Amino acid sequence: MGSILSGAEAASLVRALPGVDAVGLEARAAGLATRSVKTTSKARAIDLAISMIDLTTLEGADTPGKVRSLAAKAVRPDGDAPSTAAVCVYPSMVATAKEALRGTGVKVASVATGFPAGQVPLDVRLADTEAAVRAGADEIDMVINRGAFLAGDLERVFHEIKAVKAASGDARLKVILETGELATYDAVRQASWLAMHAGADFIKTSTGKVGVNATLPVTLLMMQAVRDFRAATGVQVGVKPAGGIRNTKDAIKYLVAVNETLGDDWLSNEWFRFGASSLLNDLLMQRQKLKTGRYSGPDYVTVD
Amino acid sequence: MFEYAPAPESVRPDIKEHYGLFIGGEFVDAEDGAVFKSVNPSTEEALFTVAEAGEADVAKAVAAARRAHETVWGPMSGAERGKYLFRIARLLQEKAREFAVAESMDNGKPIKETRDFDVPTAAQHFFYHAGWADKLSYAGLGADPKPLGVVGQVIPWNFPLLMLAWKIAPALACGNTVVLKPAETTPLTALMFAELCQEAGLPAGVVNILPGAGATGSALVDSAVDKVAFTGSTAVGRAIAKAVAGSKKKVTLELGGKAANIVFDDAPIDQAVEGVVNGIFFNQGHVCCAGSRLLVQESVADEVLERLKARVETLRVGDPLDKNTDIGAINSAEQLSRIRALTETGEGEGADVWQPACDLPERGFWFRPTVFTGVQQSMRIAQEEIFGPVLSVLTFRTPDEAIAKANNTPYGLSAGVWTEKGSKILWAAERLRAGVVWANTFNQFDAASPFGGLKESGYGREGGRQGLEAYLDV
Amino acid sequence: MSEHERLRVKKTYKLYVGGKFPRSESGRSYPVSSPDGTELANAALASRKDARDAVAAARKAQRPWAGQTAYLRGQILYRAAEMLEGRAGQFAEELADATGADPREALGTVEQAIDRLVHYAGWTDKYTSVLGGANPVGGPYFNHTTPEPLGVVAVVAPQDDPLLGLIEAFAPAIATGNTAVVLASEAKPLPALSLGEVLATSDLPGGVVNLLSGKVSEVAPHLASHADVNGLDLGGVADAGLAAELEAAAAETLKVVRRPGRDGGALDLLRQWTEYKTVWHPAGMAAGAGGAY
Repeated sequence: MGSILSGAEAASLVRALPGVDAVGLEARAAGLATRSVKTTSKARAIDLAISMIDLTTLEGADTPGKVRSLAAKAVRPDGDAPSTAAVCVYPSMVATAKEALRGTGVKVASVATGFPAGQVPLDVRLADTEAAVRAGADEIDMVINRGAFLAGDLERVFHEIKAVKAASGDARLKVILETGELATYDAVRQASWLAMHAGADFIKTSTGKVGVNATLPVTLLMMQAVRDFRAATGVQVGVKPAGGIRNTKDAIKYLVAVNETLGDDWLSNEWFRFGASSLLNDLLMQRQKLKTGRYSGPDYVTVD
Repeated sequence: MFEYAPAPESVRPDIKEHYGLFIGGEFVDAEDGAVFKSVNPSTEEALFTVAEAGEADVAKAVAAARRAHETVWGPMSGAERGKYLFRIARLLQEKAREFAVAESMDNGKPIKETRDFDVPTAAQHFFYHAGWADKLSYAGLGADPKPLGVVGQVIPWNFPLLMLAWKIAPALACGNTVVLKPAETTPLTALMFAELCQEAGLPAGVVNILPGAGATGSALVDSAVDKVAFTGSTAVGRAIAKAVAGSKKKVTLELGGKAANIVFDDAPIDQAVEGVVNGIFFNQGHVCCAGSRLLVQESVADEVLERLKARVETLRVGDPLDKNTDIGAINSAEQLSRIRALTETGEGEGADVWQPACDLPERGFWFRPTVFTGVQQSMRIAQEEIFGPVLSVLTFRTPDEAIAKANNTPYGLSAGVWTEKGSKILWAAERLRAGVVWANTFNQFDAASPFGGLKESGYGREGGRQGLEAYLDV
Repeated sequence: MSEHERLRVKKTYKLYVGGKFPRSESGRSYPVSSPDGTELANAALASRKDARDAVAAARKAQRPWAGQTAYLRGQILYRAAEMLEGRAGQFAEELADATGADPREALGTVEQAIDRLVHYAGWTDKYTSVLGGANPVGGPYFNHTTPEPLGVVAVVAPQDDPLLGLIEAFAPAIATGNTAVVLASEAKPLPALSLGEVLATSDLPGGVVNLLSGKVSEVAPHLASHADVNGLDLGGVADAGLAAELEAAAAETLKVVRRPGRDGGALDLLRQWTEYKTVWHPAGMAAGAGGAY
């Protein structure tokens, strides 16, 4: 979907957004984090969280074997546990992942656009994207140009996202804001709206490659942004926190935030994802605990 | 929405079947044998019985406090007094969960609040004031400020343990001894605190606790105390101020309020909505400084209201001991009927009432969070303290009008301001006639921060260096 | 040359309300004598309506007065001291007449009064930092407390110390941004009424200090019960029964009351007519600091 706005219009809309009070936002996030999700609700939340995972491997050392192993885990994590939403890999691994996941319903997501820094020429970023799509990626996780954003060149960021959106074709586009580098909540809110105006299907917090990745307050802020964007434009956008969400307790806090900020409309992997790798095994161990009443251990879930 | 399964708090405090009055370090029954019941407002079941103090008991307690002041507590060094208070603070922290659960059962407020706010803040008050006990000469109140003697204290039911801490901690730190009357519907944590004083080895008579109702309170005001400290309604505060007129008794009063929470068009909207919700629905709105009047700039009123309603829809009303409960029970049948009566006048006067769809438990005292829109300054719901989860929404056009409407009340306890513009905050804070101004936040409390009101919200401060004035002969 | 000694022009002692010198609206006056019985003058006998007008004038002046910079309030109080110094001789004479004191002793008292004005002139831009301050709260908030004026303070001035005592009573109130309605010594009102002339010529805005002469038992109850008065100083109420009644009347609107017989230093007096206001604001910015989730 292309934006009907010009870059200048989008930039001025974004600059006029109301501010964010950091302490108030963090207090609200902390309040949501005190929700106690137990027994049957917890069982539901765990399966929901599993189904929302973009099971991710983004390492220089990734090999086809590693990706196939991960794909198998994504499809059938443990017993009757649901599949994850997607497997997320580098473009060079898309074909392997696609092959491994054919017919399973688990999507292939590919980071692109010179991930994670994005500090390569735009034509290279677009070529990267097109290659991933050609190789069969269902979803593209792009990074925004933080340098341009921090330099105040919002129009450039807007046009680049539009260009990547066009290059992505039918693949759903997740726009990574790299919130840890944007540094302020005001900037996160602006970047969220800029990305949505430019055609993002998802807004995503982080690459997982910098010091500060997803936090609950930042993700809550992005949830408020997609809520308000839909109210303003009628267009629904998904949210994906990524990096640093390692255990069940944390994942449930995010689900509570979705539940109380966005409600049912976002409570599926169509509209909410976790970008994570180690989270899955913790969810599986907690799942076993709920079933058996005994605490599980790392030797009772697979290392992939 | 995914529903949260019940998440009941599992700790159960040891609540006795019967409590006596705490006089001179011992639990004793009333001279005339009077007793009353304390009821759990979320179930309407009696929790325990307790002795009701009469005039004779008040005299006994004041005498015990006098003796303790003259023989032990007065002569004791500040450093030693401080150590007792530190010890009390630590014991409160150790027993925090039991106190929190007991408070929720006796008062009806959610465990989330007693656990995360009431009890820890009460402990902080003791910890903070403990440190003052040997440093009073640095408080800017003279080189060697002296205690007043025996202090009579009467506290309300909305924050039973916290109000006790606000009263007892500074009084003891300054070298006074106390006779405290908890509210008749919520004596439990005060009695548990009396047990804690015994455990702390606090000398007998330094703290005396006299459960009872209005008659006990007025007997205490009229007794041979040197000072009266009261938190509660403006009507009772006025009666106390009259009762002590012409005497040597020093008085501090923390009374009612009808705070305005002003939202300007350049506010951080999501946080403002949180602040409005916290401002009026915290503790079921049983808060003297509650932001019970939302003054929102007309240009953003629709947007703010829409977000506010969506947020209120997510509030969970019910079992106070469920960790996910946001709004607990109304403290008493009497308070519930008062809230009902006032909200009926709101509808009668033409304001539009809105409540979220939420189920209420069958037994107990409950009131849905309520938002009145189309409220005019002249309506009773814009003027009178409702002391319940009821918000009156008014609009304004200009900053001057906002301040004028905010100040247009005999009260002056607190106010809120929401705007991203620093100079506007300072401008508004200077003009608001209130003892506490929360800018881009609301309902924040701290032992180091003085709290108290102007005009008919009373006089004197609690907390901070300035709060010491209330308990020293200055 | 005339055979007659020149007829001295006697002063009409009027009230000082809202920067003007009205007679009592009631049209009444009462004779004022020195302790030895010498008739000195007729002073206006203020009525409850004069009290009402004075409160209205004080209320009107309060917000602008409190809104002046502390530096300017200090300069104006110092200017009042300058004006009084220039007329010290006249005041010494009036004071001696009023109290029967030895003229040299009376001059000493006038000088003390001048020095007190100077003292409070210097307080205007200091008491805020002395009484207030920043509070280290246990959360991400900037929190500070400042003393602010109560509003309108009604003062029943001391009966036997008609100039120094009166200045000592109202100076701390106006130094902190309050405005005052002062009921002068009932039997010795003349120095106070002359002080109005000093204040009127010292850049003090009209209404900041309002001076009434009259009966305590007639006027004070209306000040004590007036809903638009915020503070009440009963320092000059000699009758304990009346003081208790006035305190009880003041309780109706929860006024701050200073009981008779209370001593206190300057800081105590400055604190008496202020209320603390505490302002909170969140302190935080970075998204990266959002806790460990």
